[in-house]
Amino acid sequence: MNRAFRLVRRRALTAVPVLLIVAAGAFLLLEAAPGDAADAYLLSIGGGDPAFVAALREQWGLDGSLSSRLWLYLSALARLDLGWSLAFDRPVRDLVAERLPATLWLMGAATALSFLLGSALGVVAGARPGSLADRLLSAGSLAVYAVPGFWLGLVLIVVFSVRLRWFPTAGIETVASGKAGLARALDIARHLALPVASLSLIYLALFLRMMRAGMAEAWRQDYALAARARGLGRFRIAVRHIARNALLPLVTMLGLQAASMLGGSVVIESVFAIPGFGRLAHEAVAARDAPLLCGIILVSAVMVVAVNLAVDLAYAALDPRVEDGEARA
Amino acid sequence: MIPLRFCRRTVLRGTALLLAPLALPARLFANGGRLVVAADSEPRNLNPAIVASNGVFFVASKVIEPLAEASYDGRDGLAPRLAVAWEGSADGLSATFRLRQGVTWHDGKPFTSADVAFSALKVWKPLQNLGRLVFANLEAVDTPDDHTAIFRFSRPTPFQLIRNALPVVSSVVAKHVFENEADIAASPLNNRPMGTGPFRFAEHRPGEYYLLERNPDYWGEGEPKLDQIVFRVLPDRAAAAGALEAGEIHLAAFSQVPLADLDRIAKVEGIAVHTRGYEALTYQLCVEINHRRKELADLAVRRAIAHAIDRDFVVRTIFLGHAQASTGIVPKNAPEFHEADVPAYPFDVERANALLDRAGYKRGQDGVRFSLRLLPAPYFTETRQFGDYLRQALAAIGIEAVVVNNDAAAHQKAVYADHDFDLAVAPTVFRGDPAISTTILVRSGTPAGVPFSNQGGYENAGIDALIDEAAETVDTAARTALYRRLQQLVAQDLPLINVAEWGFVTVASDRVANVSSNPRWAVSNWADTALES
Repeated sequence: MNRAFRLVRRRALTAVPVLLIVAAGAFLLLEAAPGDAADAYLLSIGGGDPAFVAALREQWGLDGSLSSRLWLYLSALARLDLGWSLAFDRPVRDLVAERLPATLWLMGAATALSFLLGSALGVVAGARPGSLADRLLSAGSLAVYAVPGFWLGLVLIVVFSVRLRWFPTAGIETVASGKAGLARALDIARHLALPVASLSLIYLALFLRMMRAGMAEAWRQDYALAARARGLGRFRIAVRHIARNALLPLVTMLGLQAASMLGGSVVIESVFAIPGFGRLAHEAVAARDAPLLCGIILVSAVMVVAVNLAVDLAYAALDPRVEDGEARA
Repeated sequence: MIPLRFCRRTVLRGTALLLAPLALPARLFANGGRLVVAADSEPRNLNPAIVASNGVFFVASKVIEPLAEASYDGRDGLAPRLAVAWEGSADGLSATFRLRQGVTWHDGKPFTSADVAFSALKVWKPLQNLGRLVFANLEAVDTPDDHTAIFRFSRPTPFQLIRNALPVVSSVVAKHVFENEADIAASPLNNRPMGTGPFRFAEHRPGEYYLLERNPDYWGEGEPKLDQIVFRVLPDRAAAAGALEAGEIHLAAFSQVPLADLDRIAKVEGIAVHTRGYEALTYQLCVEINHRRKELADLAVRRAIAHAIDRDFVVRTIFLGHAQASTGIVPKNAPEFHEADVPAYPFDVERANALLDRAGYKRGQDGVRFSLRLLPAPYFTETRQFGDYLRQALAAIGIEAVVVNNDAAAHQKAVYADHDFDLAVAPTVFRGDPAISTTILVRSGTPAGVPFSNQGGYENAGIDALIDEAAETVDTAARTALYRRLQQLVAQDLPLINVAEWGFVTVASDRVANVSSNPRWAVSNWADTALES
């Protein structure tokens, strides 16, 4: 446990410069994109006269030099102030706090589903590599993996919302319904069913393929041979010995996928009109809203760092040979 | 005794509170129910008195009303709202509005001429994107009584312009709400609009919905018909069509259901497609030209390009018939100003090629005369598709066009600030009068950075003089004649090339009654819109 604590402390310290670089990088990247927040806003309102444009730039602090604006932003950040969103005219902190829960629910549920289902199906496929079940699962998962996320979302909407009317087409909950407590939780769950399904179907393939490959590999290991020689049943070997060893790389993958799933949720949130983080990021880029985008990227970076830390800690639990993630590094 | 009485009162009050939820639904849904509408954006500032844009009006026009609204059959194409009569003086130095009596704000205070004077002088003139231009010469607003507002101008201002602009620029806000705000434009009150309209602003859940509720004290008799309007934020266009089919929303305006889906969705039982109701919001597809480029400064080249475009093909294929071919900078939907007798450029590739040959632009070995950068505006599917079409059309006359696709902010900077383009595709808007957003497309002298203005470096002293003259011509007939002449000059000299003009499409459940009942329907107050069961 002492080691775990030291790991957390070390990671927290190294995270600070990482986050600073991420923030400055995001700021500069958006700066490199042509057009600024005033340009984007002008278009959204259908134009305005020159004096109006100039006043807008001055009011929004867009008329200063790049270095002075970057300095202003970073020094505010040092005071833990995420700044003011130009596109929404609200504090970035509020916007982030408002939109984060929906995305966390979406990503959390999708990660759990794809991990559990993916590894379970991977065990089935890897239990007997080359079998019919293996081939069907492998081909099916690859097909789903190859499909773009938004298309999958739209197809699910057409089938399950428009035709069958089992689930709502969009949103995080029924609008202005006045539901509370359990009824509201169920309502949200019903709304999240399709988005979670489309997001997890894509990542399911990844976990399935990895689990399967790991198991196929493990069958050739000496300990598998030894287990068979001792007369253990194939099912018992697959589940107790092989799957557990093949699971380890999946946990690593879980950490890596957290970042990429954040990207995937941008698309899914737009298709299903979920007021989440990904959609907010998309809107921030389109509006050239630097404070908002940097705030989103920073919070995302913190999340990714945290997930990876959790993954490292989970190693120890899964594999007694590893005490913490850094012991072997 | 006193504690006892207090107790009894509390008990009574408590009972009333307990019963309230039971009484509420009956009151809410007795009349008209809840209309659920798709919205694709959430404006940064929801005050239509400050931001006169369709995105803002779509939601806010139900809450805050203008002096007059566009109308199919009213005098001057207007229907009275907060003003019941209007008149301009012969010298163009004043305009008198008689205001509606017995109107109250949503907070119960009476609406008076002081509110109009405050809105005009403190909001429309200094702050509003369009009002800054229309009311540039507004000096004072006299309020001889509570129901009369007399606008005084420092220079002759055509009443025709004021009148035509009324639906867009005259949203009235309450003086008592804003008068103590230090910075009206930045006030958080802009996002909790309070007006005189048929609906009260109830709630905005960012990223999810806007909720409007019936104003029981609305001045319109028997209006509004609906109890609630919910604007559901659905950023994905395909999702809006799905929600409509699944019966989760009743209405999607502004072509939020893509044109390509209309044929299919029109066949769905219970869904109707409306193409009326956008006549006063006509968008124009035009090719902006950078006259700094020497080939494009040559009139023969501009004419050749105009001849190379098959307008009927554009209307048929890109707009799927929901548009019409353009003849010039004023659309046919503005009959007061539209001039049909202008030089036309029928689709004729041979003639275009001949024009270019004669002007000395010989084809090279690869068949290319010269190469241009073409920047289609990204805001509409149709502007992007037209960009691709134009590239092919130009190839047929030996002009190679390299299409540069940008997002909105980048496009604005490249075309309107940096002039880093040769040809651009723009969706310009005709806003009721040529002086509002049309003459700026051809007049010289607008500084860089202003979107939808002449940033192509075009200068024509004759056109500039005519525009300036019209700006001060008070007589309606003379002013109209000047704008008709302007259309001829523009079609002759082609500072830009107008291709098509289009309105949007509304798709709605057939339970929704009174859809498209005026030429700005989507951005009007929906007081008469009803939901039939």
